[in-house]
Amino acid sequence: MNTVRQLSVFLENRSGRLAEVFNKLAEEQINVRAMCVADTSEFGILRLIVPDTKRSAAVLRDAGFAVGESQVFAAEVPDKPGGMAGVLKVLAEDAINVEYAYAYGPVEGTGKAVILFRVPDEILETTAKAFANANIRTLSEQELMSL
Amino acid sequence: MIWDEKNECMAPERRTQLQVERLRRTVKWVSERVPHYHKALKEAGIAAQDIKSLDDLRALPFTTKDDLRDNYPFGLFAVPLEEVVRIHASSGTTGKPTVVGYTREDIELWAQTIARTIGCGGGTPKDVMQVAYGYGLFTGGLGLHYGGEKMGCTVVPTSAGNSKRQVMLMQDFGCTILACTPSYSLYLAEVAEDMGVDIKSLRLRVGLFGAEPWTDSMRNEIEARLDIIAIDIYGLSEVIGPGVASECEEKHGLHVFEDHFIPEVINPATGEVLPDGQEGELVFTSVTKKAFPVLRYRTRDLSKLMREPCPCGRTLIRMARITGRTDDMIVVRGTNVFPSQIETVLMEVEETAPHYRLIVDKRGALDELTVEIEVNERIFSDAVRHLEELEHKIQRELEAVLGITAVIKLVEPRSIQRSEGKAQRVIDKRKTQ
Repeated sequence: MNTVRQLSVFLENRSGRLAEVFNKLAEEQINVRAMCVADTSEFGILRLIVPDTKRSAAVLRDAGFAVGESQVFAAEVPDKPGGMAGVLKVLAEDAINVEYAYAYGPVEGTGKAVILFRVPDEILETTAKAFANANIRTLSEQELMSL
Repeated sequence: MIWDEKNECMAPERRTQLQVERLRRTVKWVSERVPHYHKALKEAGIAAQDIKSLDDLRALPFTTKDDLRDNYPFGLFAVPLEEVVRIHASSGTTGKPTVVGYTREDIELWAQTIARTIGCGGGTPKDVMQVAYGYGLFTGGLGLHYGGEKMGCTVVPTSAGNSKRQVMLMQDFGCTILACTPSYSLYLAEVAEDMGVDIKSLRLRVGLFGAEPWTDSMRNEIEARLDIIAIDIYGLSEVIGPGVASECEEKHGLHVFEDHFIPEVINPATGEVLPDGQEGELVFTSVTKKAFPVLRYRTRDLSKLMREPCPCGRTLIRMARITGRTDDMIVVRGTNVFPSQIETVLMEVEETAPHYRLIVDKRGALDELTVEIEVNERIFSDAVRHLEELEHKIQRELEAVLGITAVIKLVEPRSIQRSEGKAQRVIDKRKTQ
C-alpha cells in the first residue's frame, strides 16, 4: 500500500502563526512539497507534506507547536477536465468517505496531476484496493519527493 | 420601613446576651447531633457550658467549604432528613455541589431575614416585587420569594432569563422592587431600550442586588439608568442564603442580622480575630438554625466590621461591601465558579488536565467566561470536526457542573504562562472591585 506521511499542525486563528511555522521550516532548510490549511473561526489545521517527516515534526514540536502525523494517498489523476471527477466516482462507488483532498499539482510532461487524499484510518486498505482495481496509481513517498 | 424593630433596634448589650444564649444552645445542638462538630469541638477542648461571652467564640473551631465537601451530601445536617423540608445547593470546589438544608422553622427564619432585607431597602407590603434571581437549587430566587410573601409584597416570580418578557411584565404589572444580580439589572435596562420602553418612566423604585460583587460606580450607573435606589444585599447558602446582611437606605455598610448570624473578621493566614475597622476574612456563626447550623464558617470574602451607630436607627453591626476574595473563586453571572471545578471536568474528559486558563470579561452588561485549553498531542486531531466535538463536549460537561455556558477556546501549546508557584488560572478583565 503506497501512502505518504502528512504532518498536521494546530494553529490559533491569529496573524503570524502560519508565518511562524514556515520561518522555522526555512531555518532548518526544509522544503515543503504540498500544503493546505483548514480553518474554522477559532483555529486552523495546517497540513504539510515534507521530505523528512520525522525531522520536520521535531523542529516544529521544539518550536512549541502541537504536531500530529497521518497517512494520505498521493494519487495520479489525468490532467484534463473530468480527471478528478473520474477518481471521485471510483471512490464513491466503494462508499469511501474522502475527509479532504488537496492538489500537489501537475507533473510536467506526464499529462497527470498528483492529488492528495485523506480517508479515515479504518479504510486505508479498502481505499488502496479501490485505487488499484481502477488502475489509479498511488505514489510512494520516495516517488513524490523526487518529483 | 424597619420590619422587625424589636430585634433590629435592640440595645446592643441586650442583644449580646441573646447571642451568647443562642450560641451556647447551638454548640450543644451540633455537638450532640453532628459527628463532624462533635469531633471538632472535642479536639478544640470546648463544650457548650464553657461559653460565657462572645469572646469564647474564638475558641471554637472554624468550618470550611472543604468540611462541607467532605460531608457531602447530608453529613452536616443536625436533624433527620425527614425534618428537612427544603434542600438548596450551590457551587462546590469540585464536581459535587455544596448542599444545605432547612427545617420548617429555618424556612420561617429565612423569610424573616429577607423581610428585614426588603425593609432595609425601603420596601413595604404595598410593593410589587419582581424576583429575577434564579429559582431552583440556587438560594436567590426562593429566598427572596418567601421573604417577599412574608413582608406581604405582591411577588412576581419571573426567575432569571426571558428578558423581553421581564421588561413587559415590569411595565404591565407596575413592579416597584426589582430583585436580581446587579449586572442583570443593567442588561434589562438595555433590553428595555431596545424594546422602546423608557425604564425610567416605570414604577420601579428599589433594587435589591446581590449574588456577585459590584462597585459603587456600578451602583451609580444602575441608579442613573433605572432611576431607582440600588441596595447591596449579602448572603451565602452555607449560612442561610440571601438574608445574612443588607444595606439600608444610608448605603453605608450592610447591617448584619447578627442576632441570627454572628460575624467575625479574621486574618485569613493566621485565623486571628481582627478588631473592628480592620479588613480580613468574614466568618459567620449561625445561632438560630436547626437543620444546618455552621460554626465559624469561613466565607473567603474580604470585608471589615463597623460598630458606629447608623442614622437609620438599626443597632445591628455593619459590614463593609465585599472588596475581594481570599481564594480564586470568581462570580460569573451570579454563579460561583471555582477553577478547580474546571480542572475536575478536564481531568474526566481527557484523563490528564491540560493547561488551562479562565478569562472573565463583560460582553455588554453580562459576564462571559472563556476557558482557554492548551492543545497537546494527546488531544490534537487532524480532523477539524474532532476538535470541534471536543470543544462541544467540554462545554457540555462544564455546563453540567457549573450551570453556566462557557466559551471554549483551544490555544496553542505553551501559550498559557507557566508560573513558579501557584498557577495564575484566572484573568478577570472586569472591574468589579
